[in-house]
Amino acid sequence: MSTLEIRDLHVSVATEDGPKEILKGVDLTVKSGETHAIMGPNGSGKSTLAYSIAGHPKYQVTSGTVTLDGVDVLEMSVDERARAGVFLAMQYPVEIPGVSVANFLRAAKTAVDGEAPPLRTWIKDVNGALDRMTLDKTFAQRSVNEGFSGGEKKRHEIAQLELLNPKFAVLDETDSGLDIDALRIVSEGVNRFSEQGDRGVLLITHYTRILRYIKPDYVHVFVGGRVAEVGGSELAEELEANGYDKYTKAAV
Amino acid sequence: MTAPTTADPALSTPVSGAVETRVVSHLHPEGSYDPADHEVPKGLEEIWRFTPLKRLRDLHKDAPLDGHDYEVDLDVAPEVQAGSVDIDDPARGTSTYVPVDRISARAWEASDRLFKVTVPAEAVASQPTWVRFRGNGAEKAGAGHVVITAEPFSKATVVIDYVGSATWAENVEIVLGDGAQLTVVAVQDWDDDAVHVSHHHAHVGRDASLKHVLVSFGGDLVRINASVEYAGTGGNVDMLGLYFADAGQHLEHRLFVDHNNPKGRSRVEYKGALQGKDAHTVWIGDVLIRKEGVGIDTYESNDNLVLTDGARADSVPNLEIETGEIEGAGHASTTGRFDDQHLFYLQSRGIPEVEARRLVVHGFFNDVIRRTGVPEIQARLLETVEAELAKHVGVAQSIASEA
Repeated sequence: MSTLEIRDLHVSVATEDGPKEILKGVDLTVKSGETHAIMGPNGSGKSTLAYSIAGHPKYQVTSGTVTLDGVDVLEMSVDERARAGVFLAMQYPVEIPGVSVANFLRAAKTAVDGEAPPLRTWIKDVNGALDRMTLDKTFAQRSVNEGFSGGEKKRHEIAQLELLNPKFAVLDETDSGLDIDALRIVSEGVNRFSEQGDRGVLLITHYTRILRYIKPDYVHVFVGGRVAEVGGSELAEELEANGYDKYTKAAV
Repeated sequence: MTAPTTADPALSTPVSGAVETRVVSHLHPEGSYDPADHEVPKGLEEIWRFTPLKRLRDLHKDAPLDGHDYEVDLDVAPEVQAGSVDIDDPARGTSTYVPVDRISARAWEASDRLFKVTVPAEAVASQPTWVRFRGNGAEKAGAGHVVITAEPFSKATVVIDYVGSATWAENVEIVLGDGAQLTVVAVQDWDDDAVHVSHHHAHVGRDASLKHVLVSFGGDLVRINASVEYAGTGGNVDMLGLYFADAGQHLEHRLFVDHNNPKGRSRVEYKGALQGKDAHTVWIGDVLIRKEGVGIDTYESNDNLVLTDGARADSVPNLEIETGEIEGAGHASTTGRFDDQHLFYLQSRGIPEVEARRLVVHGFFNDVIRRTGVPEIQARLLETVEAELAKHVGVAQSIASEA
């Protein structure tokens, strides 16, 4: 049983006109076994929240806390956070020329586990994870994200989720740009992850479409850099029908 | 960066009324065997402006080139002949090379032995031929002359490995008969005090295929010109390069592909990393497509990865086109630092920063190392990259080897 706890988190980014506050006091608690959807309009700070949890240097935490089972996450380097059990599936995974998927996955698995995975089972695991994401074996020999289609990049992120099996997965608009087949495949991957029972998911999305496949326990409406409302999955249905207008107007 | 020339020589004639009978690439003046025909460079000349002349130990002036403090070890494929012969051997000059600068002309004049490697016609070498040149001191400057000949329809790989300490001026001629397939690899793995100025020139026969690889890691100052011309149609040239400059090192590679015949193909790909104060690399990539070069296809690229502050990479591609009737011509040059987004992505998967940097640098070099196609060289290059990285980037606890 683990808990990822975010308390009164304020985050700024540097701009030409000085620091600009994006997150304005976020409170959120995710426990293992729970799936939380964070929904909000463009520019509400959803991705900033994801990157701040992962420790991207662009985002400056000015106050508040993020803890994992009581341990300060904000004090950790990016790689320490990952090794502590936080995984970020990115909206725009970067291309890394010359680094093969196979090498990358093995380096990541070795880092997260603290020891190299046994070769025989590892190859089987990799091939299995790729296969479940309908990525063929030759994929492992390609350079990380290089020349991948948008859908391949996202499926590659979820294959990593399966192989690294963190305590908490933050999925940053993993559904964006996916066609219906890819959306289903990706969703099934996320569901397999959460069905282990003791994993937490923070699903960040702009659209309700993915919530037909992934059932959240909680839905948070995210507007103006903070959580505006919390509810169950029925809240998603209301957003589907009425949009964010009610919240954005309130925020102004 | 691009220097297009006019297709009509008359149009490029200066207003002063001088008459040119042919277009000559401005970076490549007529050569001469006589050092006196090449003025002592002052450092402002286009071909010298990147080179720190003060560190040339007067190779560009009149330093005597009579040093012989070196030894050569050989491991020759049974199908190949290699050894030192008289300087008047008829092989000398068969690449049609004429020295284009003063150091090259001085080396041509001063060298008193010729090192000759010959792959007989239709012979297929069963293993690479290794020539290891070990300099035993940099005090006295010396001059060398190498001729590598792949006779028609032969196939071989020749590696020249430069180690130790030397002040060395040199010409390397590479001659490919029709249909020959030759790989030449020169590894500049010198000690820190070496100065090495060399000119490679290749003459590529009809339908012949040359893979030319320069690898520069060591030395205080290494400056290598590598030029290629075609003896007939259909020649195919790959020029690959890899360099890694540390603090204070000057590593300069100047490429020139002269598409003087139809249907030729050339690919130039150089990759370099720099680290430490005053590490300096220079890459000049000139491609000339003459009127005769119809139907040719060329692409050249240079990428530099700057690992620390205080290093400088100069990269200048030039494409001069005298005919538009070609398959393709292009070039690219990039110089960048570590991409923070790369590091973030890798670290977000738990990979420690040092290891992430290693992965990115290996990734940067991987393709060009793989394309050298010589397994012994590939393994060594990976090791050397690793050793260089250990100096600044650090040693990772776990080293992810190739899967």
